[in-house]
Amino acid sequence: MANNIDVNTSKYYFRDPIRYVFRTPPGLNAQVVREISKQHQEPKWMLDLRLRALQIFRQKPMPTWGADLSGINFDEIVYYLRPHQEESHDWREVPKYIKKTFDRLGIPQAERKFLAGVGAQYESEIIYHNLKEKWEKAGVVFCDMSDAPRLYPELVKKYFASVVPLADNKFAALNSAVWSGGSFIYIPKGVKVDMPLQTYFRINSPTLGQFERTLIIADEGSQVHYIEGCTAPMYSRSSLHSAVVEIIALKGARVRYTTIQNWSLNVYNLVTKRAVAYQDALVEWVDGNLGSKVTMKYPCVILKEPGAKADILSIAFAGRGQHQDSGAKLIHLAPNTSGKVVAKSISKDGGRTSYRGMVTVDKRAKNCQIKVNCDALLLDEKSRSDTYPLMQINNNQVKMEHEASVSKISEQQLFYLQSRGLSREEAERMIVAGFLDVFAKELPLEYAVELNRLIELEMEGSVG
Amino acid sequence: MPKLELKISNLKAKVGDKIILQGVNLTAPTGKMIAIMGPNGSGKSTLAQVIAGNPFYQVVGGKVMWRGKNILSLPPEDRARLGLFLAWQYPVELPGVNLYDFLLTAHQAVKGKEALSRDEFDKLLEKSLSDLKLSDKFLRRSVNEGFSGGEKKKIEILQLKILQPKLAILDETDSGLDIDALRVIADNIKALLKQGMGFLVITHYQRLLNYLKPDQIQVMVKGKIVKQGSRLLAKELENKGYQWLLEKYGK
Repeated sequence: MANNIDVNTSKYYFRDPIRYVFRTPPGLNAQVVREISKQHQEPKWMLDLRLRALQIFRQKPMPTWGADLSGINFDEIVYYLRPHQEESHDWREVPKYIKKTFDRLGIPQAERKFLAGVGAQYESEIIYHNLKEKWEKAGVVFCDMSDAPRLYPELVKKYFASVVPLADNKFAALNSAVWSGGSFIYIPKGVKVDMPLQTYFRINSPTLGQFERTLIIADEGSQVHYIEGCTAPMYSRSSLHSAVVEIIALKGARVRYTTIQNWSLNVYNLVTKRAVAYQDALVEWVDGNLGSKVTMKYPCVILKEPGAKADILSIAFAGRGQHQDSGAKLIHLAPNTSGKVVAKSISKDGGRTSYRGMVTVDKRAKNCQIKVNCDALLLDEKSRSDTYPLMQINNNQVKMEHEASVSKISEQQLFYLQSRGLSREEAERMIVAGFLDVFAKELPLEYAVELNRLIELEMEGSVG
Repeated sequence: MPKLELKISNLKAKVGDKIILQGVNLTAPTGKMIAIMGPNGSGKSTLAQVIAGNPFYQVVGGKVMWRGKNILSLPPEDRARLGLFLAWQYPVELPGVNLYDFLLTAHQAVKGKEALSRDEFDKLLEKSLSDLKLSDKFLRRSVNEGFSGGEKKKIEILQLKILQPKLAILDETDSGLDIDALRVIADNIKALLKQGMGFLVITHYQRLLNYLKPDQIQVMVKGKIVKQGSRLLAKELENKGYQWLLEKYGK
């Protein structure tokens, strides 16, 4: 995708320099929260919400039920940092392996700097403006979340933290207190946005924000596909990334949210993603986790009204020193709702993957259909995969299927491919790509191609 | 100029502590068809797997010379690139691996610089599918996944036609085939033989051999070639069974 876009970064570099040079001191207190709110020129109600969230964050203990989070030190973290400041980002600081991967992927220089967090965000002004005009005519809102409380107070007041309450979990509370950046999207009734909305279309948006907040409201009968992230590794200097994504799919709406996460290997990536699907609405999470040191992420759909559907597809790739703790949650509150989960994970070189799933069916939710399928592939003896499925079915008119498998690449498969002229490494890659095929098929072509190249690099062991 | 032949001398191989090949001697000239017959458990499939380089079997002695070179130390992919092909008795399923991509990748891997252009490859593939009476719908499916026994065997012969080896080992290709599929496969093999491809046909039935009319029959019992002869030998085995050979050589 981005390879085809003509980029002239000098044009975009510091388009708003005053706004971009700011950071709070390390550590978290009410003053920091006030400062962030002030920088956003927020209405008072949002500041109050942030301060309430800060209280909750302080009261909540660290979660210990999942991945090891003991390496996080909240006092060392800078909670607000405009990511494009020149003095804090230097190409020379970017780890060698990331630069090498950029070479191997053939990513243009300008784009590399953006991906590494050292350059301005690239985007094509022409594409953006054409699309923007079209969207605006249809009443579509797609802007930086930081501007939304000021520009769209009614919608934000009504829906912000309505899906992920402040007290949902410690990191959701943290995000609610210190969030900045992310996307705000509103699709009016009956409007179908035919081209995926992608973060890089937004001008001046710091997608490298550590505490991004995204809110998507799809009004009745509307349709939208949102894509965040990219397959190339994103270098981040900050070690904690804790985002919150909320989706509201009103009656008959269809929302697909695609993420490819490939943070550098120093990052704790702790994300709360949740959607509410109203009558006959469809929400699809397509979630790929390749990078980071630790990821904890369980995209969730609350099926609130009859006929709502959820489709969650996730993959995780864990190499040396990585723990991908991911999964999915389905909460069926209404009759005739259906949910499907496909989760695939690959562990290599001592990497660890966990599938953590939850399915809850309310007693009112008769005639639900649920299908959960999780497969783990282990590439060697050192690697590890665990499955933690939790099911609470509170009525007896539910059709539930659950399948789980852990497999290794079989010697027979490898030898079969070798007997057809492929080297052992090529054979492994082909089998792994086949394993992930169900995911790659759901991605836009350019992402799928990049994903395949990246998996090839990961398999060669030349990354990380 | 290396000789275009496979020459196996005193080949011994084992799995764990069990010696399966006990000194096999066999010569298979290119362009000819040799049939290897023998009772179940005589080591025929093991011989095929050892020639192809399956690391599951440990070679403990002997040589496998192919075109003047001992190939036993080569990895399986190098043997394939040198023009050897094994049609598997039980082809392996590769979930998510698209058959077309697999065939193209294998063709390019085996042929290297001599690989066909994409257009030529597509033409060869189209022709081969039609020769085998296979629908092109298979190309969009995962390799062997959910294929019937007969379809899997046809896909093996499809690979044979795409990879164009110098010598093909067919391991029980006739098992699990209905009579129509057997005829189609036999016709394709005969056509390839005419074009100069050599064959080592492993079977314990006369059925396929009636169609193929091999140049020579080799009989394997207890990990050794114990007898060889013309096609008449196959007929004799069909009538008399293997019991007498087991009694004679099976000690």
